[in-house]
Amino acid sequence: MAAYGIDVDILIVGAGPAGLAAAVAAKETGIDNLVVLEREDHPGGILRQCIHNGFGLHRYNEELTGPEYAQRDIDKAEALGIDIRCGTTVLSVEADHTVTAVSTARGLETYKAKAIIMAMGCRERPRGAIGIPGARSAGIYTAGTAQKFVNLEGFMPGKRIVILGSGDIGLIMARRMTLQGAKVLACVELMPYSSGLKRNIVQCLDDYGIPLYLSHTVTNIEGGDRLTGVTVAKVDEHRMPIPGSEIHFDCDTLLLSVGLIPENELSNQAGLEISPFTSGPVVNDVFESSVPGIFACGNVLHVHDLVDYVSQESTEAGKAAAEYIRRESFNGKTVAVQDGNGVRGTVPQKILLDEDKKVNLMFRPSGVFEKAQAIVTQGDTVLVKKRAQIFTPGEMVVIPLDTTKLAGEDPVKVSIEKV
Amino acid sequence: MQKKVLIIGAGVIGCAVARGLSRYQIDLTVLERGHDVCEGASKANSGIVHAGFDAKPGTMKARLNVEGSQQYESFCRELGVPYSQPGAMVLAFSDEEMETVQRLYQQGIENGVKELSVLTAAEVLALEPNVNKEVRGALLAKTSGLVSPYELTYALADHAALNGAHFIFNQEVSCIEKANGGFVVKTQDTRYEADVVINCSGVSSAMLHNQLSDDKREIIYRRGQYWLLDHDVNRLFTMTMFQCPSKMGKGVLVSPTVHGNILLGPTAEDIPDSRDTDTTAEGLANVLRTAKKTWPGISTRTGITNFSGIRAHEKNDDFLVGPVSGVPGAYETVGIESPGLTSAPAIARLLVGTIAENEHLTQKADFKPAIPLPKPFNEMNDDERRQAIAENPLNGKLICRCEVVTEAEIRAAIRRPVGATSIDGVKRRTRAGMGRCQGGFCSPRVAEILSEELGIPMTEVTKSGNSSKLLVGRLEDSYAEV
Repeated sequence: MAAYGIDVDILIVGAGPAGLAAAVAAKETGIDNLVVLEREDHPGGILRQCIHNGFGLHRYNEELTGPEYAQRDIDKAEALGIDIRCGTTVLSVEADHTVTAVSTARGLETYKAKAIIMAMGCRERPRGAIGIPGARSAGIYTAGTAQKFVNLEGFMPGKRIVILGSGDIGLIMARRMTLQGAKVLACVELMPYSSGLKRNIVQCLDDYGIPLYLSHTVTNIEGGDRLTGVTVAKVDEHRMPIPGSEIHFDCDTLLLSVGLIPENELSNQAGLEISPFTSGPVVNDVFESSVPGIFACGNVLHVHDLVDYVSQESTEAGKAAAEYIRRESFNGKTVAVQDGNGVRGTVPQKILLDEDKKVNLMFRPSGVFEKAQAIVTQGDTVLVKKRAQIFTPGEMVVIPLDTTKLAGEDPVKVSIEKV
Repeated sequence: MQKKVLIIGAGVIGCAVARGLSRYQIDLTVLERGHDVCEGASKANSGIVHAGFDAKPGTMKARLNVEGSQQYESFCRELGVPYSQPGAMVLAFSDEEMETVQRLYQQGIENGVKELSVLTAAEVLALEPNVNKEVRGALLAKTSGLVSPYELTYALADHAALNGAHFIFNQEVSCIEKANGGFVVKTQDTRYEADVVINCSGVSSAMLHNQLSDDKREIIYRRGQYWLLDHDVNRLFTMTMFQCPSKMGKGVLVSPTVHGNILLGPTAEDIPDSRDTDTTAEGLANVLRTAKKTWPGISTRTGITNFSGIRAHEKNDDFLVGPVSGVPGAYETVGIESPGLTSAPAIARLLVGTIAENEHLTQKADFKPAIPLPKPFNEMNDDERRQAIAENPLNGKLICRCEVVTEAEIRAAIRRPVGATSIDGVKRRTRAGMGRCQGGFCSPRVAEILSEELGIPMTEVTKSGNSSKLLVGRLEDSYAEV
């Protein structure tokens, strides 16, 4: 049984920006017996296919492309001698910290880790999840799949394109396909607002004259072997198509950018409590899940807008996993963090009362709020306020909370209110 | 000289008949209008092996259903195809429906169905706690089973091919003519001569029948739309849940699949075009609305896909299986709709027996048994996986994470006797792309593997044959146009 059970201090699942930042941080605190398992043949995650710029503004005060941003983390990890095992797919993570993985190089391996960091990222919501009726022709892709074909493989998935959903990848692909000579006819968004970043709406749609149809959706997909067109209709306040408002587009391609879902199959297997609001694990402020010693960071925890914040969060998670090994646990009293009015999926869901610190409370507004403020309260006491001209679901809000302000163990509530 | 035998249609019936006839010393060809086997109704149905209480006693449907159901387990075992027999219920929500349940019970007994019973509401809810609490009772049919219709059809085709059957795809038969004591069968571009023809052409079966026979038949194209939900980790339903049938069919079911997904559907809509497998907003909404009666907690949050299939409903509402009356050498299966999948083993046995006798066929001495498919990597334990990777390192390369499918399995699916030639062909043979991300991650990789294995450029790889190409060109070509 000698081949079974490779003992490691920290095992990280995924070598995207989250896994890399966590690995670097843990290694820098002195954890040497560390392994990162990555299913692709190269580290870097989805950044590898994001060849546009705009990454790293916060972290490096520079505009890098995705591959450049990833390379900085890969270089750091390599300089530190971090063991990144690519082409290795994790098949299971158990609550007792046993991890099973397979690769062509090393076959099936079982690891036993003191701490595990889940950094699997997220995946795109497919057509079936939103139930668009019509034909099942070729030419329907999620925006990320199309991006992979174009940027990593060098192929054009289509020439006349309609994009459903205004998520950031869809917006980026609208520009990318246009620059590549395709005609992007429309970007169609079910909600009355875009779920993408404002700067992407301007730089990827407006600059190229691509119309954004808010409160619209695709109601039918037409085609035989290949897609030939889609029908788009306006929706009412219940998001139901309004008869008579149909617009027809002749197109050969429909790209879907209708949401990202944290990829938590392994977390479910390991028995981690999953939040119905973030679809990621429930964590405390050191990013430890409901299973002691299993941490989560990056898009597997909650979908971020910017990779800079993924790196920041994952650095904290990496340090915390190292600290967990030194302390052997993060026991102690906690304060719960709850979503209040206008707030959805605040992370972390718990704050450890072990020491005085600043905790970043991160959440998405549940709608559009103009001239409003986000407030953090405990009982009747207002702990922090943050004003903004506008809050939208497309942009994550981060509020730093000084834990010295907490009094007792009553829950903390995060809300948005008009000013 | 060996007799030339031509089967028209490579659905589950055509493949089952081909597999049965491949035991004999004949020159066997199967023509299929699709780009692969199992491209019509056989791939898009409920995947239920019906117990046999639905069909009217005395009909071919009743007889072949019950016989087929009894043969299924060994039929699947020989081929190495997964089959399970969790049972089914027909739920009643009113006194009137309880009468229907009683009638179905009696009809089932008359048809020779075993292990039927009528349950009280409490008994239903004890077995299936997620059923609507307003249920009044149900018919329980313990012999109702589940099968993957395409996995079965692929296995039948492989076994037939292993024994010399020749499959030709993209051949749509437009006519059968009697000539020189045999037949000439014409497709859009080719002319085939045969001594024996067998019409297993599903929605086209009446059209071809009418070319040979004066006893005219008519097929009604009856579309059924479905929702497929993700793996049911909570085991919400263990059995197939039917509602009381109507004159349009068995109604909307809520059922686990043999792979543990949940299937909702089908609708029953008569449509003019036999190829119109589009789903519609009304149809899908109708499925949900109706299925909600069975399962009030219904949710499509875990929806994976929706699809539809076309039933070949014969106007007289029965199967026509046997020799074409007055046309020696011609045989047919007309109007094979539900319970056609269930009846497939019995239809094949009946028809192959008749053909062998009438045509004086001799069995081969070297008929090869089916080679059962290896256990999927997904279902292996750690030791089996270790072994599989040792035997082929490409089993260590996961291509589809959702369904845990390896590169070795995908390559093997393309190399099968009747191998996959498209993304959908790989999907249905291996389940790669069948999971919750619907191929978002794996389809580019599967396309690359298809390109390598088939020796075609990436730009020629299709989703489902013909002109369903995934990609419209290379990036550098698009520069040239700008």
